[in-house]
Amino acid sequence: MTSITTAFNPAETDVTPALPTCMSAEGVSVFYSGNQALFDIGLNIPANRVTALIGPSGCGKSTFLRCLNRMNDVIEGCRVAGRITLDGENIYARGIDVVSLRARVGMVFQKPNPFPKSIYDNVAYGPRIHGMAKNREDLDRIVVKSLKRAGLFDEVKDRLQAPGTSLSGGQQQRLCIARAIAIEPEVILMDEPCSALDPIATAKVEELIDELKERYTIIMVTHSMQQAARVSQKTAFFHLGYLVEQGDTEQIFTNPGDERTEAYITGRIG
Amino acid sequence: MTETTSPKTISLRKGPANLARRNKAERRFRLYGVIAITVAVAFLGALLLTIFSTGISAFQQIYIALNIEYSSGLIDPKGTKLRDDLSRADYQGLVKQSLRDAFPKARKRRAKRQLYKLISNGAGFDLREKVLADPSLIGQKKTVWLLASDDVDMMVKGKISLETSADNRRISDNQVLWIRALAADGRLEKRFNWRFFTSGDSREPEMAGILSAVMGSFFSLTVCLMLAFPLGVMTATYLEEFAPKNRWTDIIEININNLAAVPSIVFGLLGLAVFLNFFELPRSAPLVGGIVLALMTLPTIIISSRAALKAVPPSIREAALGVGASPVQTVAHHVVPLAMPGILTGTIIGMAQALGETAPLLMIGMVAFIVDVPQSFTDPATALPVQIFLWADSPERAFLEKTSAAIMVLLAFLIGMNLLAVILRKKFEKRW
Repeated sequence: MTSITTAFNPAETDVTPALPTCMSAEGVSVFYSGNQALFDIGLNIPANRVTALIGPSGCGKSTFLRCLNRMNDVIEGCRVAGRITLDGENIYARGIDVVSLRARVGMVFQKPNPFPKSIYDNVAYGPRIHGMAKNREDLDRIVVKSLKRAGLFDEVKDRLQAPGTSLSGGQQQRLCIARAIAIEPEVILMDEPCSALDPIATAKVEELIDELKERYTIIMVTHSMQQAARVSQKTAFFHLGYLVEQGDTEQIFTNPGDERTEAYITGRIG
Repeated sequence: MTETTSPKTISLRKGPANLARRNKAERRFRLYGVIAITVAVAFLGALLLTIFSTGISAFQQIYIALNIEYSSGLIDPKGTKLRDDLSRADYQGLVKQSLRDAFPKARKRRAKRQLYKLISNGAGFDLREKVLADPSLIGQKKTVWLLASDDVDMMVKGKISLETSADNRRISDNQVLWIRALAADGRLEKRFNWRFFTSGDSREPEMAGILSAVMGSFFSLTVCLMLAFPLGVMTATYLEEFAPKNRWTDIIEININNLAAVPSIVFGLLGLAVFLNFFELPRSAPLVGGIVLALMTLPTIIISSRAALKAVPPSIREAALGVGASPVQTVAHHVVPLAMPGILTGTIIGMAQALGETAPLLMIGMVAFIVDVPQSFTDPATALPVQIFLWADSPERAFLEKTSAAIMVLLAFLIGMNLLAVILRKKFEKRW
């Protein structure tokens, strides 16, 4: 447990309700063709912090994450009940445009999935379809800025036209992060972003996540408790479709309120 | 350690009790596979060998050199030198005249008739072309290489057995003697048969060519491609990427699969009933042929396009949706381009099928005897496989080699198209 305490910056441990809430869920339930996958989830996500969703496999943490930018819409037979707000606006309300929601809530997936196009085009795709760049120079600037923020620019600056799939796994994942931040989202959802990466690449991505929270609100699903402890300020523990416990990461890991949380973080379940 | 060895321990050399049997079964299975492939290759080889050995001689044609006197009395008796008069003259008469001069011994009517049969009826047309191109030839005397008749052609190529009695063969003893005399004189020559590629069908085998059939096939396939490709790709994309999965789409899917198995003659009947009788489109036209072939090719294109779309990993769709692309943008910018090599492969294979299709074209009248090369989508035309069917049906001996030669041309097109499909797939296939 020493690694957890040393990973903390004391200044940031004060994740209190006083922080502005970026997204919040109230009474969210999800059904997959009749089977209920999530039960009455209520969760506040603080702005400019990293929120970790942890829990054993099949507990619904990824399902919940995908509700936040309505990626579940494309799944046949999936129904979401309840209310999820982004800056106070219900994203499931009638008349909400999913495209503009996803422009504000970006996503990074479990397996790096760059488009089989050049590195440049990977990053430029989002700004292009959203019409964010007026001209070529504008677009170049956005691409460079995004790659720099994703900590990838120095590694790829000489080969922006090389295919994105030619990069290593860790670089691909950072390219996906660059692609997500190129459209200037407020929130970035990360679905186990490091599970397909080796420890060194993982360390780089975690470092990046820590930097990114200055600008973006990050919600990440992870099955690694050490990772949650290292990078997140707030943690929510899911179990069998229920949100068991949420709170400051330090509190969850050192003084869990629920015995299931304790059982999970000490390795007895999961 | 010896005492722990249980009786069940498997010897590394002998293996378990049933190992010999298992190994034998394995060898047997491989043997069956090798036998199957050998038989298949042998059949294919035999097929190709027959076609090639019969057809290869059709690419050469016998020509006979005659001294032609472009006598103004026969060509231009009025001396007008007008194009109309010149083109109406009896050029075959010039040929006959020079044949009589070459073999003065043939006096009797019967003998003369046999003599005239040495040279093709088409020779007169060739002479007319020459005179029309250069009227100054009139009055001159020239040695001209003229197209021999199909019987001469067959005899020289050794396809008529001279051992059979003269009554039972297409060529008389006199003719044989004349041909030998011409050959001894160096007036007989085998030349490459350009006419086979540049002219349409003909009653005379030596003048028959495949160009009208090739053009008919080309126009039909163009119509087929322009209809079937966009329709097929749109259908496949909609069904695969947008349509809800419910009872209706299931029914549509089953019906598409069934359509792929419908005998092609049924499509021909449909074309006859709907396009010719109801919409009164022109008969024998590549336009209708193309529409019918498109109906036939659609299921192939739809099924292969859906398979290609299905093979695009879902992570690409998620990536595009995740950066805020709309479903149409996701499909148009990422999914369809990635599936394109597969879609094109399926399309080309469908087109190759359509190129080889005969039955539906018979029903809509594309089985006509077409001499003129079709110039548009509504000109009467035939298609390559139908031409093969027509020639195979002809009684003349010389059409046999033409049939095989046309099959060779068709096979060349088919192999070319399939090769293109393989190259496309290899070149543009993305790996991830």
